Amino acid sequence: MKKIVSFFKSFLLLELLKGMSVTGRYFFAPHITVQYPDEKTPQGFRFRGLHAQRRYENGEERCIGCKLCEAVCPALAIHIEVAEREDGTRRTTRYDIDLMKCIFCGFCEESCPVDAIVETRIYEYHGEKRGDLYYTKPMLLAVGDKYEEQIAKDRAADAKYR
Amino acid sequence: MMELLQTIEQTGQGLLGPLWLPLWTLIKIVVVVAPIMGSVAYLTLAERKILGFMQVRPGPNRVGYWGLLQPLADGIKLLLKEIIIPSSSNKFLFISAPVLALAPALAAWAVVPFGDGMQVSNLNAGLLYILAMTSLGVYGIIIAGWASNSKYAFLGALRSAAQIVSYELAMGFALVSVLLVAQSMNLGDIVRGQQGNYGLFGWYFIPLFPVFVVYFIAGVAETNRAPFDLAEDEATIVAGFHTEYSGMGFALFFLAEYANMILIAALASVMFLGGWLNPFHGWPVLGGLTDWVPGLLWMLGKMSVMLFLFLWFRATFPRYRYDQLMRLGWKVFIPLTLVWVVVIAAWMQTPFWLW
Repeated sequence: MKKIVSFFKSFLLLELLKGMSVTGRYFFAPHITVQYPDEKTPQGFRFRGLHAQRRYENGEERCIGCKLCEAVCPALAIHIEVAEREDGTRRTTRYDIDLMKCIFCGFCEESCPVDAIVETRIYEYHGEKRGDLYYTKPMLLAVGDKYEEQIAKDRAADAKYR
Repeated sequence: MMELLQTIEQTGQGLLGPLWLPLWTLIKIVVVVAPIMGSVAYLTLAERKILGFMQVRPGPNRVGYWGLLQPLADGIKLLLKEIIIPSSSNKFLFISAPVLALAPALAAWAVVPFGDGMQVSNLNAGLLYILAMTSLGVYGIIIAGWASNSKYAFLGALRSAAQIVSYELAMGFALVSVLLVAQSMNLGDIVRGQQGNYGLFGWYFIPLFPVFVVYFIAGVAETNRAPFDLAEDEATIVAGFHTEYSGMGFALFFLAEYANMILIAALASVMFLGGWLNPFHGWPVLGGLTDWVPGLLWMLGKMSVMLFLFLWFRATFPRYRYDQLMRLGWKVFIPLTLVWVVVIAAWMQTPFWLW
């Protein structure tokens, strides 16, 4: 009996029709494609994109060269050199992030005691030659200066969850 | 429409005499082939659009409004590409293979009736001619595979040859039962045999339903379309028989495949779905409402439905394994069609035969 049922089932192409009904249904379903350059997917305030170094409001850079980010970085993408500045404070003389190595895990941001190194929402950047994606301290500071408003807003939004 | 054609023919005959026939035939060929090439181009767009829609994405939409110029862009790209001829290939055969694939695919269109009397050649052995022409297409594929001197192309050609030959049998038997019912090999007469006062209930797909299904599936296999596209199985043999082709050589294979698809759709509509006939003819209200629609439109509509099915299959079914493909062809389709030929032959002798 079972054999006869399966015989008729396969001859009536029931399974094939079932499959076709699924694709036929999706034919009329609304598209979920985001037309990227025209439309963009929504971002959260914790988005981890291009790195930036921040300053205090008086223009003083935040980074104190504690090297916690360099230590925590799983991809070994951060390189820091530290020296004493004329006013006796501890400052970095070199702060490089190799974005080709970076895996955008956000640990550096997480470990920073003064919120100096942050990851911004920027993800549309590129390098045109080798070394373009090796970000040095002035470059990181420039990114931070340019997008400080957005960065501060995102930190504030995240603050209540910490 | 018919009167217009007749007046054109008569005036032409009077003006040119014996030269008229070749000229008129050439005109008819152009009138048939040019739209086929156009519909091949737009079938590729339709395929990508429909596949996209079924995968919940919009498909190509960058070139022109709604992607409508995409086939043009593809064509220009293929035309401008370099044709690479592998150094160890047989150059003459390598170049002639795409032509051999495309020529029979277009030649078969000579007997397809698009409307009552609207065909290039009113051949009495039309069905045989179609069978012969569709079988010739396999030579292009075998020669392409052999001349490329590449293992992938060779394997693809072998697969495709075995597959086409196997499914041709099932297809042939399917056509035999149509022939039995219509008692004619002239495609125009086959359509006229489906005429009647019951609209679509007079068509052959009702008594021949299993054969219709087998014919269509065998047609999908004949044209090497998914889920039977083992000849160009990218997962195992790169691109099959056209692995080594580029530019226009590749484009010709592409054209041949899609022209064959459209041909199978046209034949299915001629032999099973009443060709140019109105499906509602003779029905109480709908019949009167739709009888003014020209036959050509019905024919094209039926072909479009069949082509949509082709694309629907491709969006739905995973590719067959090769032994399953052969099993389906030899152990299911051929016995099924053979049995149905006998059933039909017996049925036709009884008073229960209504067609």
